[in-house]
Amino acid sequence: MSTLAARAERAAAVAARHADAVDREGRFPEEAVAAMKAERLLGLQIPGQFGGEGAGLTQIAELCSTLGQACSAAAMVFAMHHIKVSSLVTHGLDSRWHGHLMERIAGEQLLVASSTTEAGIGGDLRNSLCAVETTGDCFALGKDASVISYGAQADLILATARRHPDSATSDQVLVALMADQISLVRTGDWDTLGMRGTCSDGFRLEARNVPLEQILPKPFAEIAAQSMLASSHLLWSSVWYGIATYALDRARAFVQADARRRPGQVPPTALRLAEVSNAHQAMRGAIVSALRRFEDAHGDADTIGSVGFCVMLNNLKVTVSDMAVDIVRGALAIVGLAGYRNDTPFSLGRPLRDVLSAPLMIGNDRILANTAKLLLVQKGSGQLMSA
Amino acid sequence: MNIAQDIREILGSNEAFSGKADRLSEDDSLFDLGLDSFGSVQLMLALEERFNIEFPDELLNRKSFSTIRAIREAVSTLIQQEAA
Repeated sequence: MSTLAARAERAAAVAARHADAVDREGRFPEEAVAAMKAERLLGLQIPGQFGGEGAGLTQIAELCSTLGQACSAAAMVFAMHHIKVSSLVTHGLDSRWHGHLMERIAGEQLLVASSTTEAGIGGDLRNSLCAVETTGDCFALGKDASVISYGAQADLILATARRHPDSATSDQVLVALMADQISLVRTGDWDTLGMRGTCSDGFRLEARNVPLEQILPKPFAEIAAQSMLASSHLLWSSVWYGIATYALDRARAFVQADARRRPGQVPPTALRLAEVSNAHQAMRGAIVSALRRFEDAHGDADTIGSVGFCVMLNNLKVTVSDMAVDIVRGALAIVGLAGYRNDTPFSLGRPLRDVLSAPLMIGNDRILANTAKLLLVQKGSGQLMSA
Repeated sequence: MNIAQDIREILGSNEAFSGKADRLSEDDSLFDLGLDSFGSVQLMLALEERFNIEFPDELLNRKSFSTIRAIREAVSTLIQQEAA
């Protein structure tokens, strides 16, 4: 078996075996990531000319869901890696240095992390305090990165910074920093309720004598609007869908076991299962229709950067993150104490704690506030099938 | 009606361009100079109010608001459509 689905299943099986230990110890899912590398899943999106497989976001989303059913943290690491790779693929094709970087990511299966969050700015992607300081052909960058997910384990980090020390906080660039070009001093620990294996510690990041060509040529504003917003919301949603699917499957197995013990009766929990299944289908519909709209845009920057598209993606994130929590809680209510306990085949504690991060990572209120601004100008929402 | 001057005046009320809207060239990238998504929404609202027009959804993208020239062309087209 060497279809993409089979490769993902094999990596997911490894991730599932270690998921409880990753969660309990709050450690990086190293076995799962090693399996992703062995199955060559980290270079999937890289175009064929650079040695990758040219996979689209829909295929990556499917893998996020498969991995999300096994280990939320491993799936989120995979998603975050591919969100960064999508920025490289969308905006780095014309840059010789970044073309070579893509070859290395595909060839050596390098893991890419992201540094956007910064002390004094928080999670506001589109503002930075730190700035690129240029001397000759090189630059230096120092950043108080209050969160860098798997920063200590990544082979390279894509970091946002102001273009110049005099630039406005929103005039940002995205720079690629290889692990051997930076020093990371840990300034905060990631000791959380769930998603413990993403190891999203805080760091003081210092880089010196980095060649200027490692700065992506496009302004970060464009990168954020044209690739990051879409890939983040679509891939995160797919991870949460995977977590919700795992919980629904546990609840279904529980109800069916109950039904087998009492032939001729429909267990009372089956009604609750019907409700959860209903929500799960609606969640899937929301994600699939957003993925279709993204694919139908064929990378057209004007479509993907339009107000209507941005509203659609914002709505997807808010809807899906809330539904994922509701579904896992609904599944727990069906399974009852067997789900509350940590030592049964129906345990749902870990997925519940993991999925509670969904409405918080880029807080839903912040996203709704952004949508509220966009709705001040968006016009009619179009037809059933076209918008 | 001097559309370009009106656009500059509206831009000047944006924090990123305060005091320097008159010095912008027609083709300076407004986004590179610090126009953010909220700023562009405010800009659209002000333009709609000033020129009594409505930007249709297909013009609500970064390109339409990327430079003074792009804004002027979009506004001129919409004014002509309203008049027709």
